Amino acid sequence: MLIFDCGLLIEEIHNPKFFLKDRAMRDDRLTIAGREFRSRLWVGTGKYKDFIETKKAIDMSGADVVTVAVRRVNITDRNSENLLDYLDPKDYTILPNTAGCYTVEDAVRYARLARAAGVSDLVKLEVIGDERTLFPDTAGLIEAAKILIKEGFVVLPYTNDDPIVAQKLVDIGCPAVMPLAAPIGSGLGIRNPYNLKIILETVNVPVIVDAGVGTASDAALAMEYGADAVLMNTAIAGAQEPIVMAEAMKYAVEAGRLAYKAGRIPRKLYATASSPIEGML
Amino acid sequence: MHIQVNGESRQVREEINVTGLLQDLQLNVERVAVEINLEILDRGYFDARILEEGDRIEIMSFIGGGAEIADF
Repeated sequence: MLIFDCGLLIEEIHNPKFFLKDRAMRDDRLTIAGREFRSRLWVGTGKYKDFIETKKAIDMSGADVVTVAVRRVNITDRNSENLLDYLDPKDYTILPNTAGCYTVEDAVRYARLARAAGVSDLVKLEVIGDERTLFPDTAGLIEAAKILIKEGFVVLPYTNDDPIVAQKLVDIGCPAVMPLAAPIGSGLGIRNPYNLKIILETVNVPVIVDAGVGTASDAALAMEYGADAVLMNTAIAGAQEPIVMAEAMKYAVEAGRLAYKAGRIPRKLYATASSPIEGML
Repeated sequence: MHIQVNGESRQVREEINVTGLLQDLQLNVERVAVEINLEILDRGYFDARILEEGDRIEIMSFIGGGAEIADF
């Protein structure tokens, strides 16, 4: 019987079942409130040069969840195009946000408008606490989430990297939490990895790291820690080459996810030789 | 008669319904939300709801956004 170096029988190599475990690791879809998502990279649609660039970057990223904002339509320029002419809701999960809302009342109002304008009960809930940091007002967030959940919304809350608040959001019925890595648009990366790790260990719903990612390694790191997905906008749209960065982010999220599932080696202070000593002169 | 649409005063014909207003504005009914006097109007009532003098109407739609828009 021919045995390879790695100890596999040749029959095993030719048996497609052999690779099942490997494939299962790659095909792990994210499920939130009964909805299944293909990509673990979620993207915002703001700050692009035009709709064509938006569409190209999103397609390159492989994202199937895209966030949008709700605003007054332009009634003076009747030729103005609609974002959804480029991003067909049949092809993407459109996730409306309540960006720009600083009070519970505004956030609830915008969420209701989003539902009325759209096709689903999904909302990325933001109640912003402060203009300079755009940090969430977590007390307002919990209050708004309670109201919307009662009205049947699927509330995905943009929250701080606070494990206690994250747990409270889960307790009131949020099917996922979206803690920030750093302030929105800051590109600082994960500022508080230990809190993020505590959130990942303590809440039993998907965790989507939202906001603050600067480059591919930030996204990979979030996924290596065990985040279920990463949401970003500025890191892609604000890059010198948004479409290239979108591709980089796709690989970063995939690589980070696989590394998480593969299980990294422990950190050690001293060396461990990889080459055997045996057989040396 | 006069109504307010997205903060601007507008003259419209009598007996116009919401669908008629959206058509006049060349807007896709499927892609907007309509709020009249702070109450959201379900799409199913766009035909039935006749506009009245002084109605304050907000017509909203989706635009590009991540989390960073703070300019409304």
